[in-house]
Amino acid sequence: MLPGLGYFLLFHYGALAGNVIAFKDYVPFDGIWGSPWVGLGNFQRMFQDAEFWDAVLNTLWIAVLQIVFYFPVPLALALLLHTLTWTTVRRFVQSVAYLPHFISWVIVVALFQQVLGDTGLVNSYLGDAGLSTVDIIGNPDAFRPLTVAQVIWKDAGWGTIIFLAALSQVDEQQYEAAAIDGAGPWRRFWHVTLPAIRPVIVLLLIMRLGDILSVGFEQMLLQRDAVGPETAEIIDTFVYYQGMVGGDYGFAAAAGLFKGVIGALLVYAANKVAHRLGEQGVYK
Amino acid sequence: MSAHARPAWMEKPRPLTQAAKAVALVAVVLLVCVPFLVILSTSLASPEEVVDNGGWVLWPTEPTVQAYRDILDGGIVTHALGVSAGVTAVGTLLSLFCTVTLAYALSRPGVFGGRPVLLLVLFTFLFPPGMIPSFLLVKELGLLDSYGSLIFPVLINVFNLVVLRGFFQSIPDELYEAARLDGAGDWRVLWSVVLPLSKAALAVVGLFYAVAYWNSWFYASLYLESDHWPLQQVLRTYVVAGSGLTDAATSEGTVNAPQTVQMAVLVIATVPILLVYPFLQKYFTKGVLTGAIKS
Repeated sequence: MLPGLGYFLLFHYGALAGNVIAFKDYVPFDGIWGSPWVGLGNFQRMFQDAEFWDAVLNTLWIAVLQIVFYFPVPLALALLLHTLTWTTVRRFVQSVAYLPHFISWVIVVALFQQVLGDTGLVNSYLGDAGLSTVDIIGNPDAFRPLTVAQVIWKDAGWGTIIFLAALSQVDEQQYEAAAIDGAGPWRRFWHVTLPAIRPVIVLLLIMRLGDILSVGFEQMLLQRDAVGPETAEIIDTFVYYQGMVGGDYGFAAAAGLFKGVIGALLVYAANKVAHRLGEQGVYK
Repeated sequence: MSAHARPAWMEKPRPLTQAAKAVALVAVVLLVCVPFLVILSTSLASPEEVVDNGGWVLWPTEPTVQAYRDILDGGIVTHALGVSAGVTAVGTLLSLFCTVTLAYALSRPGVFGGRPVLLLVLFTFLFPPGMIPSFLLVKELGLLDSYGSLIFPVLINVFNLVVLRGFFQSIPDELYEAARLDGAGDWRVLWSVVLPLSKAALAVVGLFYAVAYWNSWFYASLYLESDHWPLQQVLRTYVVAGSGLTDAATSEGTVNAPQTVQMAVLVIATVPILLVYPFLQKYFTKGVLTGAIKS
């Protein structure tokens, strides 16, 4: 128990304490404790910073797009897989669909460049067919749909796992009874399948809403240069560029702390809502 | 076709439904597989063929492993491959050790301080410390530009911990009691009773850790000088962000088209995942779900 506990105390609570620099003007030479206090100065600057609010808006934009367009995909895929009675095919498709989840974002971005980039697969075919090519990778207008497509490609398959588990818990006898009562496939879906997995759907949706300030940091950071900060800057990349690149540590820590506090409150609230609805939530 | 068993009550689906399903399934498989095939083929093609074809190849006419020879020639890629392999091996073992011991302690009722420690751990899940303070901590600990900076700050993943704890709790109490009566201490119980029963969970958690270490690049970009970079960060710099790989990657200047070399690095970064994946894939559902549902 001790090594693990020591890890949490040092690297989580130790680092958590380092958040005091959000209230300081951090001077590397003086260290965290020697730097002068500035009170809420960093936060005041942040709230007046238009770039910060752009980053917040971008974060929310991307999160909403993901909820609307990504969230239903694993569910649909799970239903498709669940209705397959041919188990060999089902297992094979499942294996293939899980795989991209284990590929790093660096590789995923490189794959997308290779397929959709200037000289990529799609544009080559378009060019050969005499059609005009489309710039998808470096185009700010296409950036948001592109990131959603990437998330779907990478994680939709893996996301089916929890729905498939919920679907496998559905009592076969209910289907049988419904079928005997004359319910066709659609009626069985509406009256047996959907009610059975509704709790999981609601729970995942609430949890995603609670986590709305977090959208793929690595994914955005990797592609920010190609389309510029106007569309690709999220709160996490804002923290990175202000702090690690710009050296404005106190200011960046303030933005990070802001995200941490709001994010924790949202997750906490989401969990409470889940409890109200009679679900277990992520913790008790 | 024998596995094609339909329950007696379920009618045969209409041909249109079946066709739509088949199309959707083929699309899923192709969407995942074709990008990998393009990468692999391009890395195996000759540079001339890649240029002729406008930057990529779907099927090389004369496959060659020249690109692989060039990058595995003692240059930056060879070194990065060693760094990634080392960090992944050492990190996974350390992470597993720390996660298993902590999860075991937290899974036994009546351990001193068990409840507060559990809350302490779960709170970090709700409130991560943040990038800037974490960086300053690593800096003040003197870990900058050491491989430890890629391992220690991410030693335990709370999700993995909760999965293992749930798994340990699902082992019947009678087994613990029997081992106790035989005079086994905590270490003995853990090693001879608990771990052999938890192979599925250990395999999954181990895979998650290994994949995380293998895939990590961001911390390397923060903490390490470029000559100590792991493979993913090399990939990021020379493939995703742009150019220059041929000069840096090979011990001598070559005439190789960067494209084949870049794709070869991509393949090398992907292959280890593809190699362990089939062996562990069967444990996913079992391992992940027993842990997740239990908690």
